[in-house]
Amino acid sequence: MAAEFRNIRENLLLALDTLRTHKFRSFLTILGVLIGTTTVIGVASIITGLNSQLVQAAEQYGSRTIWIYKFEIGFVFRLTREQRMRKPLKYEDAVAIRDFCPDVERVSVEIFHQGLPPVTKYKGQDMVNAQLFGATPEDFSLNNVTFVSGRPYTTVEDLHRRNVAVIGADVATTLFQNENPIDKDITVGGNSFKIIGVLGKRLAFLGDNGDDRNIYIPYWTFRKIYPAARENLILAMAYPNRMTEAMNEITDVLRRMRRVKPDQPNDFGMATAASVIGQFHQITGTVALALVVLSSIGLLVGGIGVMNIMLVSVTERTREIGVRKAIGARRQDITWQFLLEAMTLTGAGGLMGILMGYLLSFTIRTLVPSLPSSVPLWSVFIGFLVSIGIGLFFGMWPAMKASRLDPIVALRHE
Amino acid sequence: MESQTVASQLRESPAPPDNIIILAQDLWKIYDMGAIKVDALCGLSFSIRRGEYVAIMGPSGSGKSTLMNLIGCLDTPTHGEYWLNGRLVSQLTDDELAYIRNKEIGFVFQTFNLLPRATALHNVELPLIYNGTPPAERLARAEEALRMVDLGDRIHHKPNELSGGQRQRVAIARALVNHPSIILADEPTGNLDSTTGEEIMALFDSLHQSGNTIVLVTHEHDIAAHAHRVIHIRDGRVDRDEPLE
Ligand SMILES: Nc1ncnc2c1ncn2[C@@H]1O[C@H](COP(=O)(O)OP(=O)(O)O)[C@@H](O)[C@H]1O
Ligand SMILES: [Mg+2]
Repeated sequence: MAAEFRNIRENLLLALDTLRTHKFRSFLTILGVLIGTTTVIGVASIITGLNSQLVQAAEQYGSRTIWIYKFEIGFVFRLTREQRMRKPLKYEDAVAIRDFCPDVERVSVEIFHQGLPPVTKYKGQDMVNAQLFGATPEDFSLNNVTFVSGRPYTTVEDLHRRNVAVIGADVATTLFQNENPIDKDITVGGNSFKIIGVLGKRLAFLGDNGDDRNIYIPYWTFRKIYPAARENLILAMAYPNRMTEAMNEITDVLRRMRRVKPDQPNDFGMATAASVIGQFHQITGTVALALVVLSSIGLLVGGIGVMNIMLVSVTERTREIGVRKAIGARRQDITWQFLLEAMTLTGAGGLMGILMGYLLSFTIRTLVPSLPSSVPLWSVFIGFLVSIGIGLFFGMWPAMKASRLDPIVALRHE
Repeated sequence: MESQTVASQLRESPAPPDNIIILAQDLWKIYDMGAIKVDALCGLSFSIRRGEYVAIMGPSGSGKSTLMNLIGCLDTPTHGEYWLNGRLVSQLTDDELAYIRNKEIGFVFQTFNLLPRATALHNVELPLIYNGTPPAERLARAEEALRMVDLGDRIHHKPNELSGGQRQRVAIARALVNHPSIILADEPTGNLDSTTGEEIMALFDSLHQSGNTIVLVTHEHDIAAHAHRVIHIRDGRVDRDEPLE
């Protein structure tokens, strides 16, 4: 066994003993490390939780679906002037995509109002936040929805502009409670629609999923009722493993349809489940980086505290060091004794931080159910290793100082 | 001074015969205090044979402790040669000195120098920890050493639960536990009342009888009378070196 490690058990016991003897002082010392580790674990757990929630929520729409809109879709925070000036996509654009993109299997179009949605009524019951969409029948498969009852409308119903509707799960519960909505008539903005299908509840990201409040009516019915509506959203489904090709083809077609000059950037946006997830990863990556910087400061402060307390400890125990040297401890024995003590100290802080992190994660999960959080194992390992590393790094100088003491000088120390 | 050192190195003697456990030749210890230099030892020479029982006496400040620290390898001479058990130790590195202190020397201090928070057993175990003795053997040997100093029933006591005499006996057990070639004691009874001091001296006597080489420093004639030879020191030099009957 390497000479440095042969006394590791003794040194560990010794370190724990010192910790026990100076409980309060030790606790204060490792507070920085504790808080640093708690922060890392806590935030890592929130990010991990949000992440898995987002991945599930995004992937439920299907991994082959491409959303196409005049703006970039996803986590957009502010629109430029150029973006606000963009003209809407047209129905003809969707037709062109369907006809000229060989890697696109299916296409659907949704149309909607900008501004306040019309009020939805059933008997005496009002719903003000239901969102009305005109959608082609393909839209149901492109959105990967499930029906809890009823059926989607058909192309024939669409072309004949029938007043039928498929409603989201929240619309059903709000307006019908325990009643069966199928074949009932609702009015939206004064127009009556017969309900032919009810959708299952969708997975949500942060709170509820807005799609559960959607009411889908046939595309051409919507165009007939609201001839002024112009905002089209196109959904395209690529053949398996042809996402990139499909998106390139769509880009080419749309640039031609919208007459974008070759030196101009695209004046429309595309999104997929993967791109939304990727965007979110970028955001959480930034948050994580900020977190690392922040907790590093905490850990640095903690480390300096540890160094300080170790220097005090070395001074207090100068005589002990003298005794140990007098009976045969070598420099490295003393170095390791104090290094291990520092690492035990910060390691204990790290363990407490991990515990607090778990507690924090549990508390968040309990108090805010919509904010999922689960502690990732890697953050536990990193938290613990970094804590011990802090002890190693900041304990180095005090330990070296202790090991260099002259035995006679140390023994004379009062 | 420079040429003298070179000359003494050229004259470097061959290893002393086997029965000479300590050979000190022209030992100097000069404390450099910046403005002034204190000559604590000024060319001290003597030898001690295996199995001897030697007392070092001298007035306060004569250099007894300085000499003991050199013999005990806690310190190195400014110049001069020091052979311990056939090895020239005056020029060893820190770690080599630590090894010698651990294996060859059992040091007993006036102020006991026990670890206050450790039990008697752990205090005695300590030298064995630093030479990698396995735990089971360590415990057995530490217990045995404590029994030898009549503390078999106090092994789990901490120093502050023991009397002065008992503490010094723990320290002696610690000095013995590695079976050193020599036991050194710097005023071992200096902090004890005379009755307890006599008890401790009786212990040294019996250790000598069982074959140990003992060198102790004292300024009390009663204590020195236990030894078989007294080296008197004055101003860092050997003043008289006489056998006791
Ligand atoms: N670390 C030191 N620094 C400077 N001078 C010292 C030191 N240790 C001892 N001395 C001096 O060396 C001389 C011998 O001291 P010491 O060996 O302790 O004497 P004794 O033990 O015989 O009383 C004294 O003059 C003392 O002041
Ligand atoms: Mg002295």
